[in-house]
Amino acid sequence: MSTTKPQTRSYVEGLRCRECGKSYDKAPVHVCEFCFGPLEVAYDYAAIGKVLTRAVIESRPDTMWRYAELLPIDGPPAVGQATGMTPLVRADRLAKRLGLAEVWVKNDAVSFPTLSFKDRVVSVAVSKAIEFGIGTVACASTGNLANATAAQAAAAGLPSVILIPYDLEAAKVIGTSIYGARVIGVKGTYDDVNRLCSEIAGKYGWGFVNVNLRPFYAEGSKSYAYEIAEQLGWRLPAHIVVPMAGGSLVTKVGKAFGEFEKLGLVAAPARKTRIHGAQGAGCAPIVDMVLENREQVRPVKTPTGVAKSLAIGNPADGFYSRQTIIGSGGWAAKPDDAEIVAAMRLLAETEGIFAETAGGVTLGAAIRLIKGGQIGKDDGPVVISVTGNGMKTQDPLVETLPKPELIGPRLSDFDSLHATWT
Amino acid sequence: MATIRIPTPLRKLTQGKEEVTAQGATVGALIASLETQYPGIKERICDDSGQVRRFVNIFANDEDIRFLKNLETPVKDTDEISIVPAIAGG
Repeated sequence: MSTTKPQTRSYVEGLRCRECGKSYDKAPVHVCEFCFGPLEVAYDYAAIGKVLTRAVIESRPDTMWRYAELLPIDGPPAVGQATGMTPLVRADRLAKRLGLAEVWVKNDAVSFPTLSFKDRVVSVAVSKAIEFGIGTVACASTGNLANATAAQAAAAGLPSVILIPYDLEAAKVIGTSIYGARVIGVKGTYDDVNRLCSEIAGKYGWGFVNVNLRPFYAEGSKSYAYEIAEQLGWRLPAHIVVPMAGGSLVTKVGKAFGEFEKLGLVAAPARKTRIHGAQGAGCAPIVDMVLENREQVRPVKTPTGVAKSLAIGNPADGFYSRQTIIGSGGWAAKPDDAEIVAAMRLLAETEGIFAETAGGVTLGAAIRLIKGGQIGKDDGPVVISVTGNGMKTQDPLVETLPKPELIGPRLSDFDSLHATWT
Repeated sequence: MATIRIPTPLRKLTQGKEEVTAQGATVGALIASLETQYPGIKERICDDSGQVRRFVNIFANDEDIRFLKNLETPVKDTDEISIVPAIAGG
């Protein structure tokens, strides 16, 4: 058991519009009613700074809730009590292949309970839904969020309604239906699903984790970055490469590192952590904003490519993602499908980590950034963000990986095969 | 007259109506016409320079107007225009 109790009060002051600064009370709202800007959770950092120290955090259980004061729920979490504190793996074999001195893999492929970083955001969102007295939870998803929402809703005893594009990977559909969720396949792209959910959320009063609960939900992502800083021995990396779909995670990584610095939990590094964004070439609206030095999102109408979990053509956080990346001195890259699959294999073969296609995007982007000179050999710790599990996205590998070699059950059969090995 | 679907944050200006109608040959003209019916609504949809705000999406018959001609997108009487907050998902 922990020696220091988790916080008993909330440090959330309310919600604030990121565009115009207008303040709102804590409520299931996500959009500024004046300017349509995104609402952000506002914290009382002065009060948090008085109670949250390295020693306090280290005394708590190995879960994301060790940073409870920096997460927007008002009491103990109703679900996901065991979520978080996934391994940060020192990846020396991968580093050698990449020609870098120090590489780490933050491995949310083994996130509890549904094997992606979405467990973090949903633990916050469903706990928050219960605090608000919401009876049904819902989401628009490319798969991982569907799994996480359905599982946590089941654990909380709440019904869930999950809307997905109709052509998702089978593993992601099965991994949602199993929890008793009502799953609705929408004939359209993720962006069509998302728009539909915006209209449903306004009408039915459900808690859509990534629509009307979005300000709270998105904060859960910060725990991914807090853990990286703590696991690196209370320091910030030189570089981090982050996959982008809607772009929320990359902004929250920037926010989390900034908060740790502001609270004195890490020393300000000599050079700011460079935050790099990764998308697949088949759907890269945010990467293109960076590469083309453009502030406005140009939506991708028909996303293609193997990285379906990142296939958001009209990313809500596109504007702020670019701002986070550029402001950190980072850059962006968009590997193609062949590079994505090759990177998935490289990570698996060097480190024994089977990441989903999005992990291949991240590592594939890192390889491009190394070649481009944006990531240098001796810059310091480079973190590769793995946010989902390869068991869920096996389709693009079926034709690429060697098939098992077939033999009869006799030793002579094996001997004959072995004799052909080079 | 074209039909315009109003998102929740703007319904205080339309007396709670989810759908309204307005006259105009383009999306931009429709918004100007909306403003005469519901004063104050234009500045909520467009910024000071007259462009659609960064976090507002407008769809003409389910097509994002950024794939069409933005505010110059032509509108017919049978068309349905939707104004949808951009912040969602991901």
